Amino acid sequence: MSDINITVIDREGVSHKLAAPTDMNMNLMEVCKSYDLPVEGVCGGMAMCASCQVYVHTDKHFGERNDDEEAMLDEAYHVKSNSRLGCQIPISTELDGAEFELAPEES
Amino acid sequence: MIKTDIVIIGAGPVGLFAVFEAGLMKLHCHLIDAIPQAGGQLSEIYPKKPIYDIPGYPTVLAGELVDKLMEQAAPFKPGFTLGERAETIDELPNGNFVVTTSQGTKHEAPVVMIAGGLGSFEPRKPIIENLSDFEQNGVNYIVKDPDQYQGKEMVISGGGDSALDWAVYFAEKNGLVHLVHRSDRFRAHKDSVAKAYELEEQGKLKLYTFAEVKQLEGKQQLEKVIIETKDGTVPIETALWFPLFGLSPKLGPIADWGLEIEKNAIVVDTFDYQTNRSGVFAIGDVNTYPGKLKLILCGFHEATLAVQSAYKRINPDKKFTLKYTTVQGVQGFD
Repeated sequence: MSDINITVIDREGVSHKLAAPTDMNMNLMEVCKSYDLPVEGVCGGMAMCASCQVYVHTDKHFGERNDDEEAMLDEAYHVKSNSRLGCQIPISTELDGAEFELAPEES
Repeated sequence: MIKTDIVIIGAGPVGLFAVFEAGLMKLHCHLIDAIPQAGGQLSEIYPKKPIYDIPGYPTVLAGELVDKLMEQAAPFKPGFTLGERAETIDELPNGNFVVTTSQGTKHEAPVVMIAGGLGSFEPRKPIIENLSDFEQNGVNYIVKDPDQYQGKEMVISGGGDSALDWAVYFAEKNGLVHLVHRSDRFRAHKDSVAKAYELEEQGKLKLYTFAEVKQLEGKQQLEKVIIETKDGTVPIETALWFPLFGLSPKLGPIADWGLEIEKNAIVVDTFDYQTNRSGVFAIGDVNTYPGKLKLILCGFHEATLAVQSAYKRINPDKKFTLKYTTVQGVQGFD
């Protein structure tokens, strides 16, 4: 098995420990959805909405925001310096032990 | 009152394909959609993205698929009520339904098909305290009927296609546009961005990057927009502000139609994708059932089966057999 473990804090402050496979080409948005966490992923993972915005609570290095993601976050709300779009974070071994928090819904 | 056989709520790919399948059974359709063009998400969110899982198309751009579906539906002359959101579904004593839109347009039919995708697209509103005071009084989220803004100074916010396209349009016409964006990166097509910079050089457009509209002032009508920039605040006297931050889908009134809802989707019977309200069907991304997959190709299948049941409801005693289009081709409506 090539599962990793991550922690996702939902909008009520409840912490969820999630096991996620690294060999299924998944991203953080999809993992959250597969656990029925309230992540919409409206655009399906194209960095074209910000409904999967998360705050990264960990200093593990797993890549930077890409251009599409930056441009989308420029127009999103509740954006902080540690904001990322979950759909742009691939599940990889570097993420093992990382913690994320769901950003508030837009409205 | 618009009368038809099937009122389809949602003019996305699945709604459009339902028109074709209904047409093969000589049923007329009328589509309603909250956004002013057909295509749903495909037109609104990702028209330029390739789709790879439409059978027979190794790749097709979302916008192209919509064009093809419109072409395929065209022989059956569908009616459209676009730019109006379906608000209510009422039942008449004769068993027909009346679907009424936000603008009060009424549509009567014996069958309603909800092909509403993720819901209706609503504008993403910026977070400003007194924003709602100026809605209808200078703050507009959609540009409708651009001629009414001729010669007027305006502020436009946003970095996507609609913000840039309208900024360029009005700057070329009026030359009095302030474009405000939170960074210097734009989601919009690079040609429109280049055009905006060109217009700025000509003095027709004033671009504020790393800036945001933070405050609105006015007695009743909007009078002043206060922009926060890196170098401090800039007040602009204007009666018009267009915050164009795109649209996001909301289930909206669908939740109030007396339908069984589970996880923001309408529960249907997989026999014919009918809801708990007899005569009301739900097809495509808006429905849910065990094993549901939100795929366009699954929506096409659902539309095809739903239309069979719709036929039986509309023509209870009239025989019909499945006909292959290869045999007789497509007989459109006059």
